[in-house]
Amino acid sequence: MRLSYPTNIRIIRVPCSGKVDIIHILRAFEKGADGVCVVGCIEGDCHFKTGNFRARKRVEQARKLLESVGVGGERVKMYNLSSGEGPLFARYATEIVDIVKALGPNPIKRFKKNAA
Amino acid sequence: MIVAEKKPIEEIIEQVEDCEKLLILGCNECVTVCEAGGKKEVGVLASALRMYFLNQGKEVRIDEVTLERQCDHEYLEEIREVADQYDAIVSLACGVGVQFVAEKYHSQRVYPGVNTCFLGATEQRGLWTERCQACGTCILAYTAGICPISRCAKRLLNGPCGGSSNGKCEINPELDCAWQLIIDRLKALGRLEDYEKLLEIKDWSTDRAGGPRKVIREDVQI
Amino acid sequence: MTDTARSRLQRILSEGHLAVTSECGPPRGSDPEAIKTKAEIIKDYVDAVNITDNQTSVTRLCSLASCIHLKLMGIEPVLQMVTRDRNRIAIQSDILGAASFDIPNILCLSGDHQSFGDSAQGQNVHDLDSMQLIQTVRLMRDEGKFLGGAEVKRPPNMFVGAAANPFADPFEIRVPRLAKKIAAGAEFIQTQCIYNLDKFEAWMKGVCDRGLDEKVHILAGVTPFKSAGMAKFMKNRVPGMDVPDEVVKRMADTPKEKQAEEGINICVESIERLKSVKGVHGFHIMAIEWEQKVPEIVERAGLSPRPKID
Repeated sequence: MRLSYPTNIRIIRVPCSGKVDIIHILRAFEKGADGVCVVGCIEGDCHFKTGNFRARKRVEQARKLLESVGVGGERVKMYNLSSGEGPLFARYATEIVDIVKALGPNPIKRFKKNAA
Repeated sequence: MIVAEKKPIEEIIEQVEDCEKLLILGCNECVTVCEAGGKKEVGVLASALRMYFLNQGKEVRIDEVTLERQCDHEYLEEIREVADQYDAIVSLACGVGVQFVAEKYHSQRVYPGVNTCFLGATEQRGLWTERCQACGTCILAYTAGICPISRCAKRLLNGPCGGSSNGKCEINPELDCAWQLIIDRLKALGRLEDYEKLLEIKDWSTDRAGGPRKVIREDVQI
Repeated sequence: MTDTARSRLQRILSEGHLAVTSECGPPRGSDPEAIKTKAEIIKDYVDAVNITDNQTSVTRLCSLASCIHLKLMGIEPVLQMVTRDRNRIAIQSDILGAASFDIPNILCLSGDHQSFGDSAQGQNVHDLDSMQLIQTVRLMRDEGKFLGGAEVKRPPNMFVGAAANPFADPFEIRVPRLAKKIAAGAEFIQTQCIYNLDKFEAWMKGVCDRGLDEKVHILAGVTPFKSAGMAKFMKNRVPGMDVPDEVVKRMADTPKEKQAEEGINICVESIERLKSVKGVHGFHIMAIEWEQKVPEIVERAGLSPRPKID
């Protein structure tokens, strides 16, 4: 199965979506990411029982905070799928890229470049 | 422990909007346990603030330091060398820590990053509840180990009032009636007859009513 | 029970008559006519009139001033005082103020929590609780002393009452709680509105078994329903209120235009039944914003005319 998905996504592997903390999401934006999607297992199928539920709550928190500081909360999204659902992953990846493209670049980069 | 809650970031921004160098100062004690002002929360706030300022076209230097305690001279001394480099310090400690930083660094702007809420316990992860109001004269010996001053909405020393219903308080159906808890525990202790002892009028002078309080222990002073 | 003599309510009770009290809520404004009109309607049918103290924590004309208006009309007031809004200085001061107008009765309460009213963001005081307020009045009256120990010149001469809610939880301490109020110095009790008569009788049995009926005058509280909606509201929304399903049903099964009358019927029937309950020494009729019905209830319940006491 050779599926294509957008090349502008960088995958960061974690042992469980429950490992993803709000600070990881924030740092990604601080470093210039335009969007972040957290991909966890199907709810109810977490190997560590509740990792993906935790991830969902943290994503929600990150969305609020990013909204407050003007970066935009819609740039973060959580998806759930199983490891056997490659085509779905490709679809979600395309979807988040479309969402972020529609939103435009991470606004802080305008000034980050100048500063650098 | 002292339980605190993060302030909304908008409120913090309002205070530090004009700054170019900021120190976010965390505390390793109570506020770390209640996840409001420890190292992790310092990181999150600093990151969010950096993005906020960048988005405003401002490059603000935001440093992160978390001290062992902010309510102790010796730990607060650790920032002595750097404190004056900042336009302001946002302290994520409880109100005690914020004030101690302000006292120690007299000419430095210091802002609170949390709302200090109460003296309480971690009932479960993410849930903290009040247990004590530091009234200065503990009556737990007479109330089966449950404090009506902090846990009854009317701080009744001889409760419950008529609003106790199914073990819950009239002001909130999720709130236990402190006096129901006291009576349940008196029963468990086999001392329900103690309920009829009238608790006498309280001397509130050891509470905040008596003005700012002090504890002096000459034997441990150096 | 010491004889404070000046209270007509106390004399009626100590002479063994069934007493009748009612209550009026002061207005949300400074026009005294509102309270005077209400009192005028009921004055010949009751022995004393309670004036509520910012009930449900909604700010109103103060109880003390309203009591003075009644007193000046020749109506005997019962000053309700809550510990929610006053510290011990204000409490003792208001007691003296009331005594200076010879207001002869006081009802000691803790007061509804402020979150129910128009000042939910305000502080509550509760320097004392209701039992300690009872003790305070008794100390001032019987020993002529302030809480601080100093002498009270011309001590207040007041008949001291308290509230009891036989229906609040936990039920097992409802009798001990009354005993505690009596120990604190309560001389009369006005109860919460009684709709569940079986439960009330069970409570009264407990009261009599401990001989508490010999130590305090209990006035059974009754409130007529104006409508089926009010019955449902009292059942579901008012904390510490016990309205049995059959009472709600009886109201609901009555055609709308007859519900008010049925509410009065239930009230009168309750009084009739309560008259035979040992330890019940009178009735406290709380006709909420329905004072005009008090005369009818009193007459139909056979409690009129009121005994003449000079």
